[in-house]
Amino acid sequence: MSEGTRICGIGHSVKRKEDDRFIRGRGRYVEDVNLPRMLHMALLRSPLAHARINAIDASAAQAHPGVVAVVTGKDLEAHKLAWMPTLSGDTQAVLATDKVRFQGQEVAAVIAEDPYVARDALELIAVDYDPLPAVVDPFQALAPEAPLIRDEKEGQADNCCYRWQAGDKEATDRAFAAAEVVVKLKTHYPRCHPAPLETCGCVADVDPATGKATIYMTSQAPHAHRTLFALVAGLPEHNIQIISPDVGGGFGNKVPIYPGYVVATAASLLLGRPVKWIESRTENLISTGFARDYHMEGELALDRDGTMRAVRVKLTSDNGAFFADAQPTKFKAGLFHIVTGSYDLKAAHVEATGAYTNKAPGGVAYRCSFRVTEASFLIERLVQNAAYELGMDPAELRRKNFIRADQFPYRSATGFVYDSGDYHRALDLALDKVGYAALREEQERLRREGGDKLLGIGIASFTEVVGAGPAKDYDIAGLKMFDSAELRVHPTGKAILKIGVQTQGQGHETTFAQIVAGELGIPPEDVLVQHGDTDNTPYGLGTYASRSTPTAGAATAVVARKLRDKGRKIAAHLLEAAEEDLEWHEDRFRVKGVPEKSVTIQDVAFAAYTNPPEGLEAGLEGVHYYDPPNMTYPFGSYVVAVEVDRGTGEWKVRRMVAVDDCGVRINPMIVEGQIHGGLTEGYGIAAMELITFDEDGNCIGSSFMDYLLPTAWETPKFETYATVTPSPHHPIGAKGVGESATVGSPAAYVNAVIDALAHLGVRNIDMPVTSAKVWEALQRAGV
Amino acid sequence: MEITVTVNGTAETRDVEPRLLLVHFLRDVLGLTGTHVGCDTTGCGACTVLLDGAPIKSCTLLAVQADGRAVTTVEGLIENGQLHPIQEAFKEEHGLQCGFCTPGMMLVAKALIESNPDPSEEEVRWAISGNVCRCTGYTNIVKACRRAAAQIRQAEVAS
Amino acid sequence: MYPPPFDYQAPDSLEEALAILAEHGYEAKALAGGQSLIPLLKLRFAAPAVLVDLGRIPGLDGVEAADGELRIGALARHNQLAASPLVAERCPAASAAAPQIADPLVRNLGTLGGSLAHADPAGDWGSVMIACGAQLVLASAGGRRTVPATEFFRGVFDTALEPTELLTEVRIPSPRGPAGGTYLKLERKVGDFATVGVAVSLELDGAGRIARAGIGLTAVGPQNLRAAAAEEALAGAEPTAEAFAEAGRLAAGGCEPASDVRGSAEYKRHVVEVYVRRGLARALEIARRS
Repeated sequence: MSEGTRICGIGHSVKRKEDDRFIRGRGRYVEDVNLPRMLHMALLRSPLAHARINAIDASAAQAHPGVVAVVTGKDLEAHKLAWMPTLSGDTQAVLATDKVRFQGQEVAAVIAEDPYVARDALELIAVDYDPLPAVVDPFQALAPEAPLIRDEKEGQADNCCYRWQAGDKEATDRAFAAAEVVVKLKTHYPRCHPAPLETCGCVADVDPATGKATIYMTSQAPHAHRTLFALVAGLPEHNIQIISPDVGGGFGNKVPIYPGYVVATAASLLLGRPVKWIESRTENLISTGFARDYHMEGELALDRDGTMRAVRVKLTSDNGAFFADAQPTKFKAGLFHIVTGSYDLKAAHVEATGAYTNKAPGGVAYRCSFRVTEASFLIERLVQNAAYELGMDPAELRRKNFIRADQFPYRSATGFVYDSGDYHRALDLALDKVGYAALREEQERLRREGGDKLLGIGIASFTEVVGAGPAKDYDIAGLKMFDSAELRVHPTGKAILKIGVQTQGQGHETTFAQIVAGELGIPPEDVLVQHGDTDNTPYGLGTYASRSTPTAGAATAVVARKLRDKGRKIAAHLLEAAEEDLEWHEDRFRVKGVPEKSVTIQDVAFAAYTNPPEGLEAGLEGVHYYDPPNMTYPFGSYVVAVEVDRGTGEWKVRRMVAVDDCGVRINPMIVEGQIHGGLTEGYGIAAMELITFDEDGNCIGSSFMDYLLPTAWETPKFETYATVTPSPHHPIGAKGVGESATVGSPAAYVNAVIDALAHLGVRNIDMPVTSAKVWEALQRAGV
Repeated sequence: MEITVTVNGTAETRDVEPRLLLVHFLRDVLGLTGTHVGCDTTGCGACTVLLDGAPIKSCTLLAVQADGRAVTTVEGLIENGQLHPIQEAFKEEHGLQCGFCTPGMMLVAKALIESNPDPSEEEVRWAISGNVCRCTGYTNIVKACRRAAAQIRQAEVAS
Repeated sequence: MYPPPFDYQAPDSLEEALAILAEHGYEAKALAGGQSLIPLLKLRFAAPAVLVDLGRIPGLDGVEAADGELRIGALARHNQLAASPLVAERCPAASAAAPQIADPLVRNLGTLGGSLAHADPAGDWGSVMIACGAQLVLASAGGRRTVPATEFFRGVFDTALEPTELLTEVRIPSPRGPAGGTYLKLERKVGDFATVGVAVSLELDGAGRIARAGIGLTAVGPQNLRAAAAEEALAGAEPTAEAFAEAGRLAAGGCEPASDVRGSAEYKRHVVEVYVRRGLARALEIARRS
């Protein structure tokens, strides 16, 4: 075994360290936290989408045996806690005082000795509502006569929650005026939900003696949450400890702060006892951060020869009752303006309008970097329709317009600077692996035969933008989006790495140890990675938008290099050589030209505490706050082949070939796993995941009976491949990858279904592409 | 009412309310928190345990219904201090990410392999289709189940 | 989610169970496999005062052939029926339906009788029983009666069962000639209720003509429906593609689907037409092999 494989740094499929507890059933999730004298909280939620609250009578609930307290909005108002800020600078009701504005909104809380009793007592609370007309359509919401949803908000005269634009409108309009061909697509990227298998919840424990609030919480961003708690509740920040233990999946759902966390903490403060609140699945689906819900009208301008000139988008977002999108402050439609995708487009313009509606707030990025998913979907759908319009092969049209490898770094029409890429290589590999030509032939043959079975081939060549971000442009609620790592190497050469990001299954405890191994030569098993406890880790903005590796991963590499630099001084002292005469090799310093004369990192660490050179500060530890100079731009090409049953509209994925390029892969096994997961969630969104509402604002999709998640049986079998184009600005050349497949794959699946029906004139089916919608599209096409 | 459930080989006698769900009996009464709750409608399988050897959803069974019966949870997979081959295989094949569905998946795999020592990919996918995983896309779970089956077959040949 | 409080009774015998039901009537609810009832309790859509657990009663889960009938105890579990060679031989429609119900774990607990008594219009078993001409045995403290499946279902979650009665057994007449059957289910994923389900049972006479055709439809009406017009058109006919297509049209014309998130009424009608046609063709294949 070579030394390199012994160290198992970058590029090794090291088995995950965290698995040892999970496979034994010894993970520790928030619901597993049980404290002495702990109480249980249940929330009463509004059955109506829009109604005025006349009165709440909680006396019967209060008197119910086992109930300790009932909290209403009025109680919170007395402590100025009835409203809280959202991540997008709006306010959101913690417990409703004046009106309820969506079905499922938090109205009151029961705190009891037992969760069964807390649930029983909810039924004893009487709320007198005056129903108001519900506004469930964003276009109706924006119409002048629409009932005002946010009547409590000063200066808010309509249901518009933002207007925003990006790109050069004039240049884009000029390009369209001159265009030989314009292709249009109107599509709704429907409301869906990250639905991690673990719902949200917390155990709030405010110590009456010290006033210290320890809050175990399902949080993807514990530090940011601590600061917001300090601001909302007026608690001193040093006296708040947020602990996000094992998290059972997040996918963006655990980025916002939810009313339940605030009420449980207030209740614990009030009662002097720990309070546990764990959402039911229905509560999770009807009230916490949903995703997407973008109504998009896209246009693509092209020359007759297929040269793409410009893209123009008008989008309307349905933001629900409170503007609670989790996204950087400057960008009201997230990073949607990356809508030029992988193509060398000279002009682009996006005009976005947000609508308040009587629906749950959220707008989180479901396994996505701030709306890049919607953008990627739109451009990849437009390109395919353009190919039909021009009579070109969709792959060829892409190849003709890709940003070429020699154009990087590439400045896009909306101002992004793509760091690196080789789009032709990724697409060519995918086409080769799927056997594109043979599939096209089979497609033709099946069409000629005229049977019930049709074949469709869909491509998506996506570009993502992840790793927010440069602090000059990116902040959430004012907090700049850098991230951090603190590394302590102990005398025996074992290390603890503390990071500001928080894993929800991504394997940070392994991959971050590998970064240290790669930089410092300490084997991953000797590096303990800690995260998720604000008392114990340096400040960071958390894990979402594929930012952990681009930010905290970079911080880890840099802090390890800092320690290596210090180590060089110690090694020079130990080897009695000049620093410049030493070279670093894997896990040791060697005297140049005399490789047998060396000291290992373990020797150096020991000396740092036992024999430091004179004048050098003892110890071997450091911290680094990394502010990335740019985002990273992972990309890939996905090719999907589907079989469609013309009789019933059912469709089934036959092949799914995914080529991903996320730069340098720290742990290829984990990267593959991330891609498998993303391809599956992308499939779920394309095929079945949907939250919708009836005209009264009743949520349809409020349990797993209606909000459908793919099982192993429906999930396609994936064939995954890699190309590696390093990021030029990231210390180890890595890009984020956790979300690429959710971003890229929905368009590939949908394109495949459309492609099966394209010869019949079908050009669009909105997601989720159900068999019913396929059949209806065939009907409309006159088949 | 008083019930006795044999959990991971140990008879546990407790006085419980009839409405107590088996999953809460395991988690809150016995402190076996490896069995998780992911939904309310029998849709996710995070709470899967073996009841007399067959995988069932413990959120959809009253603890009183399990009176006199045997339950195996993830904590019972380890025998004589040794990891079960299924546990080893899930780690080897990267069959888990956040770990929330993992106990249920492994227990389904155990029951499957006991009735079908060499399951095909399709058979594994069918067997675990009552259990939802949001992280892995199932690919590596399927591999892990088949790897465990192969390991168990080999061990049986060897003995 | 947590069920409301209730009084729990776990009788050891059918007689005892029927006595409890006789005493409590509408206040009591029988618990079989619990895979529908317990979620309803957790969602607090149901709150019975007394829950009568049938799980301790022996002898209610048998599968046997006797007197020209396949007799299945009400507590037979879905997976037990999916694995039963006797069911496969005597009632291929049931054998095809069983593994399509819910998911593999739910099938380990859910029962045939529980599912029938629950009478969800999207439940699969009712259509199979209708297609196969099954008789349902209902017992009460006062005695027993037999109701044909076609008369058992009364509407959404409504059956011929009195609150004091239990469904104890189903009896499916065994075919006399070559026969086949199947169950086709359109679902959005494993574990989903049917968008549309079609149960088909086909029996041929000595001349190869259709002696009896049974067709039951799932999720296209307030209850599981019998496609009576299609059945009548097929009786005595040659089993041709044209006859099957016509049966599909008749079945589609006779059902009453509602538009919802699974699809429009028009779509569901169309799927009924396609599935009846395909189901009959499949049943014929099986019949000719038998």
